[in-house]
Amino acid sequence: MTISSTSILLRASALTCERDGRRLFENLDLTISAGDVVELRGPNGSGKTTLLRCLAGLTADYEGSVERRLPAAYCGHRGGLKGELTPLENLRWYGALEGRRADTRSLRDALDAMGLEGYAMTPCQQLSAGQQRRAALARLRLTRARLWLLDEPLTSLDEAGCTLVRELLDRHRCDGGGAICATHAPLEVAGTRMQMLGAAAA
Amino acid sequence: MTIGERIKAWWHRLGSPRWFYRVCRAWSPWLTAVGLVAIAVAFGWGLAFAPPDYQQGNSFRIMYLHVPTAILSESCYVLMGVAGLVLLVWRMKIADMVIAAAAPFGLAITGLALATGMFWGRPTWGTWWESDARTISVLVQFFLYFGVIALREAIPRAETAGRACAVLAVVGTVNVPIIKYSVDWWLTLHQPSTFTLTKAPAMPPSMYLPLIVSILGFYAFFAGNLLARVANVILARERGTQWVQSLVAGPPGGVMSCDGGREERA
Amino acid sequence: MIETAVAEPRVLELLTAQIRRDLTVAMRSPGEMVNPLVFYLIGVTLFQFGVGAGPERLAAIATGVLWVLALLATLLALDGLFRRDYDDGTLEQLALHADPLFVGVLAKIVAHWLVTGLPLAIFAPLGALMLHLDAAAVPTLVLTLLLGTPVLSVIGAVGAALTVGLRRGAVLLALIVLPLYVPVLILGAGAVTARLDGIDPTPQIVWLAALLAFSLTLAPFAAAQGLRVGLE
Repeated sequence: MTISSTSILLRASALTCERDGRRLFENLDLTISAGDVVELRGPNGSGKTTLLRCLAGLTADYEGSVERRLPAAYCGHRGGLKGELTPLENLRWYGALEGRRADTRSLRDALDAMGLEGYAMTPCQQLSAGQQRRAALARLRLTRARLWLLDEPLTSLDEAGCTLVRELLDRHRCDGGGAICATHAPLEVAGTRMQMLGAAAA
Repeated sequence: MTIGERIKAWWHRLGSPRWFYRVCRAWSPWLTAVGLVAIAVAFGWGLAFAPPDYQQGNSFRIMYLHVPTAILSESCYVLMGVAGLVLLVWRMKIADMVIAAAAPFGLAITGLALATGMFWGRPTWGTWWESDARTISVLVQFFLYFGVIALREAIPRAETAGRACAVLAVVGTVNVPIIKYSVDWWLTLHQPSTFTLTKAPAMPPSMYLPLIVSILGFYAFFAGNLLARVANVILARERGTQWVQSLVAGPPGGVMSCDGGREERA
Repeated sequence: MIETAVAEPRVLELLTAQIRRDLTVAMRSPGEMVNPLVFYLIGVTLFQFGVGAGPERLAAIATGVLWVLALLATLLALDGLFRRDYDDGTLEQLALHADPLFVGVLAKIVAHWLVTGLPLAIFAPLGALMLHLDAAAVPTLVLTLLLGTPVLSVIGAVGAALTVGLRRGAVLLALIVLPLYVPVLILGAGAVTARLDGIDPTPQIVWLAALLAFSLTLAPFAAAQGLRVGLE
């Protein structure tokens, strides 16, 4: 089953997952191609985070198969920022993790683009929740990953912040990337697909 | 089929809970029976017929219980380590069930080894506890078992718990020879043992033959008991599958004591 | 399989970046960093009260006390090795991106030892002073701690990885890890006792070094596996 097409970023087949005796989702098929933005919707506790973690490869506790194009970027609930470090230092660490050498200029530009001018050298734990979320998402501006898995990216963001995220996703989509985002509020990005989980699913 | 294909087929079958369950149910009663008989023979022989030791008199006879339990406590842990490796590398669910079944048995038998060691130590050394190579190793072994059991209980999700215990079992097994070696070495710095149990040839056959029978009997009993436990774990873990459901429901007037069966009988 | 485009794993860069990051984080909360050392010294003080001030009595148990307290202090610090990163979500990022993962884990262990084990080895002479340990044995004590505390960190990392997500994981961690510490304790304390008895402690030290090499090779890999399990 070798697909050499470069446009498929994620393929999940017959995904079944159980947590605490409850079937969260069963026989789920999902394909994300370049240019796709999938909105993952469902009530609280319907398994959105679990599904994202399965798709990202953080857990192997499921049945079925997942193939994904690496590198993939996953932004979880908890942000992924070290509170004692500044946004700049956090971004630098991400760069080292992903194997890319980023100069300070481009790191600062990414932070500025997320509306954090002047906060690049402030320890993250001193930033507000919304600012921390912006800092956490700033890494998406720099990452080479074509597949994004975002868990509630709009949490804590004000209107301006939400707009920034939408622009980010839009640009990513046009650049040939794909994303799946678990969200409560509508993303309002052009061309999104819906994926429902939980009681709302067909 | 070639040998290689046979082995592959057997390996594949080994991973099937249903097949393993049948094997357990078939072998377990026999192994347990053989084990118990051997143990009874060994005890009778050792307690009544073996000559008293010139140094220890009659108290050495507890060795027929102590030595097998001490040996078994180690073997059981190594079994868990091997099963852990199988689980992590080949992802066989059965391996997880073997670990889950073996751990409580190992803990109990290690506790027995410790207790019998203490009872042996009292008349021999004059104290209830003497830090000798074997006692310390068995004590550490006891804690290792405890760790595996505690870890399984602490992790809510069964599959994750299984894998965590597998990692711990493998790490522990790698450590067991290191611990044994260092404890042995540590002891030689302090006082020489008054009685080393490895000197089997120094015992006359009438003394060590019942010991061998006892050891074999304990192994057989262990295998039988383990298989019975694994069978139970299989039933519990696979309760959602069709073959377990039909097994439990049974033929009309069925054997299994579950509500459905009883109602049918009425 | 979907074709993947993975960057060339730059192991050395990953190692240094991770160590640098963890050291920076540790330096920014100096109070927390010093905790294990303070625990060590408080423990030594408590032993003085518990055992009585007689120098001979203290000297008799000094080796054991100093080593066991080092063990416990390391254990205390071990819980934070992965848990803090787990709580703010950076641990899963490490698991997702670090290639190979055991290098990232090794980096964390090294940084952790630099902040915890190394100070213990350096300040042990202070404890030795309080417990009236013969001065001739102090260099041996420091050497064995320098060799032994990394082993404690690296073996403990396996336990820390397995218990990272558990709420009351700290006690379970101790339960799991302490039996595995027995060889280190025997070798380390044994070397110091040998020196006190006038015997050359070289065999113990060599074995300790061998244990260090062995565990540094294998344990990070086991810890990485444990981490994947703990993150599920």
